[in-house]
Amino acid sequence: MKHTLSVLLQNKPGVLSRVTGLFSGRGFNIKSLSVAETLDPSLSCLTLVTTGSDPIVEQITKQLHKLIDVIKVTDISESEYVEREMALIRVKAENTTRAEVLRVIDIFRGKVVDVSPKSYAVEVTGSSSKIQAIIDILRPIGIKEIVRTGTIAMARAPK
Amino acid sequence: MGKMRGSEAIIQCLLEEGVKTIFGFPGGAVIDLYDDLMDSEVNHILVRHEQGAVHAADGFARVTGNVGVALLTSGPGATNGVTAIATAYMDSIPMVILTGQVPTALIGNDAFQEVDIVGITRPCTKHNYLVSKAEDLVPTIREAFHIAQTGRPGPVLIDLPKDIVASIVDFTEKKPIRMQNYQPTYEPHMGQIEKACKQILKAKQPVLYVGGGVILSNASKELTELAQKLNIPVTMTLMGLGAYPGSDKLSMGMLGMHGSYTANMAVAKSDVLIAVGSRFDDRVTGRVDAFAPHAKIIHIDIDPTSISKNVTVDIPIVADCKHSLTAMNSWLDNSGENLGEVCDSHNPWIETVDEWTKKHPMTYIDEGEVIKPQYVIEKLDELTHGDAIITTEVGQNQMWAAQFYKFNKPRRLITSGGLGTMGYGLPAAIGAKMAFPEATVIDVAGDGSIQMNIQELATAKQYNCNVIVCILNNNYLGMVRQWQELFYDKRYAATVMEVTPDFCALAEAYGAVGIRATKTSEVEGVIKEALEKVKESTVILDFRIAREEGVFPMVPAGKATTEMLLV
Ligand SMILES: Cc1ncc(C[n+]2csc(CCOP(=O)(O)OP(=O)(O)O)c2C)c(N)n1
Ligand SMILES: [Mg+2]
Repeated sequence: MKHTLSVLLQNKPGVLSRVTGLFSGRGFNIKSLSVAETLDPSLSCLTLVTTGSDPIVEQITKQLHKLIDVIKVTDISESEYVEREMALIRVKAENTTRAEVLRVIDIFRGKVVDVSPKSYAVEVTGSSSKIQAIIDILRPIGIKEIVRTGTIAMARAPK
Repeated sequence: MGKMRGSEAIIQCLLEEGVKTIFGFPGGAVIDLYDDLMDSEVNHILVRHEQGAVHAADGFARVTGNVGVALLTSGPGATNGVTAIATAYMDSIPMVILTGQVPTALIGNDAFQEVDIVGITRPCTKHNYLVSKAEDLVPTIREAFHIAQTGRPGPVLIDLPKDIVASIVDFTEKKPIRMQNYQPTYEPHMGQIEKACKQILKAKQPVLYVGGGVILSNASKELTELAQKLNIPVTMTLMGLGAYPGSDKLSMGMLGMHGSYTANMAVAKSDVLIAVGSRFDDRVTGRVDAFAPHAKIIHIDIDPTSISKNVTVDIPIVADCKHSLTAMNSWLDNSGENLGEVCDSHNPWIETVDEWTKKHPMTYIDEGEVIKPQYVIEKLDELTHGDAIITTEVGQNQMWAAQFYKFNKPRRLITSGGLGTMGYGLPAAIGAKMAFPEATVIDVAGDGSIQMNIQELATAKQYNCNVIVCILNNNYLGMVRQWQELFYDKRYAATVMEVTPDFCALAEAYGAVGIRATKTSEVEGVIKEALEKVKESTVILDFRIAREEGVFPMVPAGKATTEMLLV
């Protein structure tokens, strides 16, 4: 099962390596990881996507809590949440395919952020599956390079 | 208060925490600190290897319950300490390790004797720090002591760059420490206490399974009260031995791989298992699905990660053992239940337990004049009235000590349980003796392990820190040999000690006394002599024991704990 954890940390050197060291040392999975400063610059927020059975994810949550520099751990996939990823994709755009590429980008509400005679660089955001979908569609046309962020996620406000 | 050198501030912090003795080894990166230590009230014990410093501080911490402190230089000094830090980490021992570091300006430059000790020790410390600003020095040391000894204790390392130690810092007033991100739960949830007690009152075949947490939280009295209030048999892990008096009739001794037949059978047949400060380690559970298969499990532990990690628990109580046991005792006292009747209702169970002990007591085969290691431990127990501080090395010697010495009080068995570090026993004995100069301290050793930190005999000599090293000399790396005998067709790969020093001559070389015994009839006299001579000098006893003696009972790794190989 996939779980998305939101972890609030002290924004100090070495803290990220405590988290990743915990995962590698105990054989837990990291599917993706993304971290940045919060509004309060002394803290950072880390979104981590992991997989595992319920007992494993429970261990992961508890072990994260046990790290002194970790302030809060929330398994936001336990209730409603939004998640986003971003990808920058450089796709072949030659005479015959330029229009086709633009159409696909439009459907996925992507943006062209760099143009060259033979390629477009495209920015897309969305859920992991949406990003995967555009990649699958662009692949036959010819993807030259791809850079993806990890997932970031936020719980939905209670209704 | 006020401005002072970083090195002075460190010493002031130590004194503020009540630290009077530290163990260490100097070098360039800590030379300033040593310079100030020389004139301070802190007593510094110079070891002969940094591993010894950390083990000695660990032994000191285990016998006193206070934070043990070690001081190491940068680079190789720090890395030499790593095994001992990991040892303390695995057994949850409160410690602060101070390491020197190259000046902040040089960090990251591969400077002379620079090593990223914070990176190296991240997975084997409870927490660690690199002090990168002078104003952080004092608060960091205070926080480190706080973290080391609260919650589930553990070693905390502080890396001290040389320029920070030499700089001028403000020694501010100490305020109570409150950390937003670290607040261990001491008080149990009363609803869980009630559930646990009700479950226990329903039990017909209850067992208390007690670990090192009870010793760490000083809860022996409360545990003893609970066991005796309800007539519940008690088994202890290696780390828990002494938490309940080993000579009492409710004690079943140790459980697990080399536990007693009784303890393992009782756990297997129990209907309610009360785990207190124990963590369902694989050496205890054997095959996990066959561990206490019929029992409702209650688990008290201050560390939430211990709960349902290896075995699913029915009633978890995340809290301090002492607080939880106190709460349970008072709940039971006020429950209106007739506790006398509850005790009586357990009598058939106690009879079953006693039958197991009668059928398969902890025993060994007498071979006349061939010295049996178990006999040596029995004699040690008898001649020290079960009241010595016993440290151990690792291997068969450790298991025989655990099986045959009756630990009646907590903090009497000082042994590397989680990591199983050969070479632990001698430096730990020195640490224990430094804490309690009047105590009889005995390192039960193997001929292999003792050679791993034998250099500490010089430390013992220098500080007149007289201990007995009781070598159960089988001329083998015996525990590994036992596995080879049982599971590898007796192919003794790399376990025969083809060269062993003359331990008596070695003792003399270090200014200690060496005494050898080769016959059973000599054992008692030799121990008596050692107990006499240790008043003046460290004594090495070289017992030439039955070479291929095994440790039994034994649960082969991965088997159910009821599948024991017996004597
Ligand atoms: C530092 C370290 N290295 C290796 C081991 C693996 N090991 C466990 S017991 C043992 C044999 C110990 O031999 P000895 O000290 O003579 O004790 P005996 O078992 O013979 O009593 C070994 C090598 C260990 N526990 N620690
Ligand atoms: Mg040996």
